Amino acid sequence: MSDIEERVKKIVVEHLGVEESKIGSDSKFIDDLGADSLDTVELVMAFEEEFGCEIPDDAAEKIVTMKDAVSFLTANSN
Amino acid sequence: MRRVVVTGLGAISPLGNGVENNWNSLLDNKSGIKKITKFNVEGYPCTIAGTINDDLIDDNIVPLREQRKIDRFITLGMIAADEAFIDANFSPNEEEANRYGVIIGSGIGGLDTIYKNSSILDNQGIRKISPFFIPSSLINLTSGQVSIKYGLKGPNSSPVTACATGTHAIGDSFTLIKNNKADLMICGGSEAAVCNLGIAGFAAARALCDTFNDEPEAGSRPWDKRRSGFVMGEGAGVLVLEEYEHAKKRGAKIYGEIKGYGLSGDAYHITKPSEDGNGGYRAMEMAIKESKLPLESIQYVNAHGTSTPVGDLIELSAVERMFENNKNLFMSSNKSAIGHLLGAAGAVEAVFTLKSLQNSIIPATLNLDDPERDTFIDLVPKKPKEAKIINAISNSFGFGGTNASLVMGSI
Repeated sequence: MSDIEERVKKIVVEHLGVEESKIGSDSKFIDDLGADSLDTVELVMAFEEEFGCEIPDDAAEKIVTMKDAVSFLTANSN
Repeated sequence: MRRVVVTGLGAISPLGNGVENNWNSLLDNKSGIKKITKFNVEGYPCTIAGTINDDLIDDNIVPLREQRKIDRFITLGMIAADEAFIDANFSPNEEEANRYGVIIGSGIGGLDTIYKNSSILDNQGIRKISPFFIPSSLINLTSGQVSIKYGLKGPNSSPVTACATGTHAIGDSFTLIKNNKADLMICGGSEAAVCNLGIAGFAAARALCDTFNDEPEAGSRPWDKRRSGFVMGEGAGVLVLEEYEHAKKRGAKIYGEIKGYGLSGDAYHITKPSEDGNGGYRAMEMAIKESKLPLESIQYVNAHGTSTPVGDLIELSAVERMFENNKNLFMSSNKSAIGHLLGAAGAVEAVFTLKSLQNSIIPATLNLDDPERDTFIDLVPKKPKEAKIINAISNSFGFGGTNASLVMGSI
């Protein structure tokens, strides 16, 4: 697992209160991990904070799964 | 005529978590008032408050990740509601759920959350504002959260009447059940305004005690000559009210009955009570009239008694005027032990009043060393008193000239 994936997973565990073992790279934040729409806004804010980048709203809308988050952050983090 | 009884109680206050812990500490004359250590109070005229240690907040009831999304006042309200819910021991089916509601209010709401988000907005910009900011600080979100947690789909609202909030929440719930709009209500108040902006604001209004910073436990001293203002406290009180036949049918434990509710406005001043005490008097009068009780069958007044120079004597005079022929009257103030819980005060004090009715014992007014003036009323100084009480009245008055009274009694 990449360092970025590890850090994303840590944030998801902390914010959504799900067990780490339940999180796969295809897991959807809303459908699989119990997030609601407000949680996803907060997740995106936490990603921005952790990775020191800005995630514009149109990009944030496309971050639906773990994999989406990891690939966006791999391409855009500082 | 539908009667309304109390079948569940919950409380968290500066005296501890849980009704029994609170009640035992109250009867042991313990004080929950201490020096404020959570934030820097240097330069504040008042540096004491009734605070709840964080380790008393049970994260099995409200998980930590949920606590991050709600202001402390909601967390405290949910903890007291959980205790009351379990105590009342009910689980609604779908049809019943529409007749079960929630009215838990707060005087101030998520002040600390508003303050912190305001700083974030100024210093870091809009992108750093949490999506949970608004739902974590709105006052009616305690009622919302509790209804969601327990699936209660009946009436749902929240009074905001400053320091009378808790009493209004109970009284309004009583009225809804009596008028057949609900069968069961979870009701009360919660408050967590012991934060820098809360203390600063009330200090600026010259409402807080500023003469006992080195002796916190002596700060709240209703009717005593050396009182200098109220001491703020935090916490929550929640009651389960239920229609009498409904409670009987399911074999519920009954603490007592809500017999009357009165409310009024002073139409006088934004922070001061009217000098003649007429507003408080009329609230008591309305509640007693609804209860249909003769005055002499009320033995105890659970006072608003905040320890302010003006308010204490106005209430005392109003109670004397109301009960002039009742020479065996007791009146005490729980605020001497827990401080002033603002929007939660009336609810926690209703819990204590019901425990007094149940146990025939009246908690003391602490620190009443030297009463401001003589009265025929026994103000229960310093030590609790055993006395058979069948009926009691509890008063709450708030900024804006809002007044509320509840008559409670044995069934």
